[in-house]
Amino acid sequence: MSYLSKDSPGEVNLLMGNEAIARGAIEAGVAFASAYPGNPSSEIITVLGSLAQELGIYVEWSTNEKVAVEAAAGASYAGLRSICAMKQNGLNVASDFISNAVLTGVGPGGMVLIVADDPGGISSSNEEDTRYFSRLLEIPLLEPAGFQEAKDMTAFAFKLSEETGLIVMIRSVTRISHGRGNVVYSKIEKGNKKARFDTGRTVLAFPVPWTHKILHDKMAVIKDKFEESDFNRYEGPKGADLVVVTSGAAYLYTKEALGLLGLSDRVGVLKLGTTFPLPEDFITRGLKGAKKVLVAEEVIPFLEASVKEAYANHVKDLGVIEFYGKASGHIPRENELSPDIMAQAIAGLTGTGYVPVDPAYQAEIRGLSLPNSPYRALTFCAGCPHRATYWDLKKALKLDGRDGFIVGDIGCYTIGLGPQGYSMLRTTHAMGSGSGLATGLGQLKTFGLDQPVLAVSGDSTFYHSVIPALINAAHHESNFTMVVLDNSTTAMTGAQPHSGSDTGAMGIPAHGLSIEKICESLGAKVRVLDPFDVDKSVQSIYDTIQDDEGIKVIIMRQECCLYRLKKDEKRYLMKIDETRCLGDACGCNRLCTRVFKCPGIIWDRAGKVARIDEVICNGCGVCTDICPEGAIIREVNHEA
Amino acid sequence: MKHNGAALAHDPTNIIIAGVGGQGNIMASQLLGKLLVTKGFEVIIGETYGASQRGGSVMSHLRVAGKGGISPIIPKGKAHYIIALEPAEALRVMGEYGNPDVRVLSNTRPIYPVDVSTGALDYPDLDNLKKIITDHAKETFFVDATDIALRVKTPILANIIMLGAFAQWGVVPLSVDEFKEAIRQSVPEKHLKKNIEAFEEGMRALAAS
Ligand code: SF4
Ligand code: SF4
Repeated sequence: MSYLSKDSPGEVNLLMGNEAIARGAIEAGVAFASAYPGNPSSEIITVLGSLAQELGIYVEWSTNEKVAVEAAAGASYAGLRSICAMKQNGLNVASDFISNAVLTGVGPGGMVLIVADDPGGISSSNEEDTRYFSRLLEIPLLEPAGFQEAKDMTAFAFKLSEETGLIVMIRSVTRISHGRGNVVYSKIEKGNKKARFDTGRTVLAFPVPWTHKILHDKMAVIKDKFEESDFNRYEGPKGADLVVVTSGAAYLYTKEALGLLGLSDRVGVLKLGTTFPLPEDFITRGLKGAKKVLVAEEVIPFLEASVKEAYANHVKDLGVIEFYGKASGHIPRENELSPDIMAQAIAGLTGTGYVPVDPAYQAEIRGLSLPNSPYRALTFCAGCPHRATYWDLKKALKLDGRDGFIVGDIGCYTIGLGPQGYSMLRTTHAMGSGSGLATGLGQLKTFGLDQPVLAVSGDSTFYHSVIPALINAAHHESNFTMVVLDNSTTAMTGAQPHSGSDTGAMGIPAHGLSIEKICESLGAKVRVLDPFDVDKSVQSIYDTIQDDEGIKVIIMRQECCLYRLKKDEKRYLMKIDETRCLGDACGCNRLCTRVFKCPGIIWDRAGKVARIDEVICNGCGVCTDICPEGAIIREVNHEA
Repeated sequence: MKHNGAALAHDPTNIIIAGVGGQGNIMASQLLGKLLVTKGFEVIIGETYGASQRGGSVMSHLRVAGKGGISPIIPKGKAHYIIALEPAEALRVMGEYGNPDVRVLSNTRPIYPVDVSTGALDYPDLDNLKKIITDHAKETFFVDATDIALRVKTPILANIIMLGAFAQWGVVPLSVDEFKEAIRQSVPEKHLKKNIEAFEEGMRALAAS
């Protein structure tokens, strides 16, 4: 039994925020869970999947977020409690379904939607603030301000969903989802595990104004519940001059900042956990007597706008209040907040100062730290097949000489935008966007576009959203080459299985779908290559792009080295023959280190030779083929 | 909150575990955090990793409190202890979170940023790096954790060796036996012996320095 599935009310455990959410779902008797992986949300489903058999629940990694949310809603219609998790970008994909489901309502089983945002874009291509979706689509919104709340809100959200028939959304952020903190357990409810679709009910959104009115009536009921919710509270002195209104992780930073400044008994904190629909009466009571209000939140001024709106509605009770926050420039509009940002903002408004460390020490250590801790650029792991793929593509495009180019999307291979992938990648947007762009670019021959067009995607992305673009391309006979970088996992987010894998989230056999068969069925010409076989790959890519009729698919197949290494040892033991290494005199000026750039090979300035770093090298053996002098020697590792 | 009688030298105590993606930072911070929770403390760990498996800096903020009021981010200049699995990372963290009273425990083995391995940048001179760290901390220990780990051909054990050194240091209210028990609980049976040995090597390395 895992520490996450123990029915031990009162026990305290250190849980990751995502584990706390999973535990909340378990305590609520969840029966069905689905998601497409995306950081910082992925661990929720990983955890539930690993416990699925023990708990008798169903868990899947769905093909994409829209399918995931629909699958979870299906279970809800059959009376099961269901949960669906995604990162901020995922909600864009899933929102089409949700915008209808708010009018139809979900089923008798509650349905909870977890969206983990990533302020600062720590592991994302944007820092989209999904809280506006709650207003746009009209979904009740909860924002946990800690690990305990992450669990408790999840369990509460199921109840609220069942009472109202609406999807309830919880918005987490990276610092909550990926942080860890103490969580006190509650009892595990059994929950309904008997599924039945009620054929007496038709799920429909018509007539729209009528169902929309029902939604608004439900929202009014929910607002009344939120007015009484324990997730909202006022902390600090009564009638404080300055009140900080805050939610989510910003609450934790605010509390810490007040502690640092010694102002906990002078400044009030209005902590909100239910942020749509807004509990206006509760807020009005909390702001009574305040002269200044600072709204603290991350990214978009969502709360700031709502609280000002509430103030406008209650201005007679509240008198003149000055508002500070993003509009006034006291809180930044980009990136995460921190205790320091909050301390400076509050210090500014209270006329106190905040000096965290002796400024002379700080100036000195910063001055020394900067030049002596060299920047660590993101790179592919040593032995990553993507580095080899970009190398192969680079050589093939050079051989071709028609200024061919590559468009792409997000995943580990996005590193191809920078020097670590030889700057081969030209664009990156959403999941599968490279294939979509390429279907358009592949139609431009009549407008004079004579460059070879290539798109890259990962294997997981292929199933997620490349397939519709390929169908479009096949139907309209667009001319481009789709390169699928198949490393047999969803590497970027921690190696989750995908629709091509032969096991699923629950660790039991799944039907893995073949990328080549799917592509062949669309009439594409398909080649499967091993990127580590450099010469063959370069030639095949070159041959493929000479053919300028219709869609061509190249599958570059080689396992992600990070996850392969967890299973076995290095494939090759590498060494450098120093007598053969030409060093600076090497044809292309240190081809292996300066140009190929695998971090497993290092340039020894003093000795003027390349060396293998045995701690970093993962033994893929590719660099042997790169070195024109044959100085990099590989020996098969017999321990592997 | 009860703390089974043990006391914290600082409340909150702020520990930063720094390293490079793949060095086993998170494993170390989690093991330490879980242990402190069983002792009745309130713990928050903030992890900064993002896409850092791929060569970036990784940092865990481990915070231990008797009376709460902590967030997942340590305020600038407020670290009490820095455990660095890589020496340049120790200094990087000091630049942001250091103060004249900070105490540092650092591995000596560099991991080259890709711009260093390609020859575009230089890695700082190691002796100078150690001197800067020592001069700006109240107490400093250097342990050759990776080199010790390489002797048993398992460089990944450097984090457990560092944990052993940390246990020997004795700055958190946890006994050596409690550390060992935590390792037992979080390491698979077949790797256990190597891990416990590595832990003990780390203890000896600190005692000898
Ligand atoms: S064998 Fe060469 S290319 Fe492969 S990981 Fe080692 S150094 Fe890098
Ligand atoms: S995690 Fe896998 S796919 Fe990603 S950079 Fe590392 S080896 Fe490459």
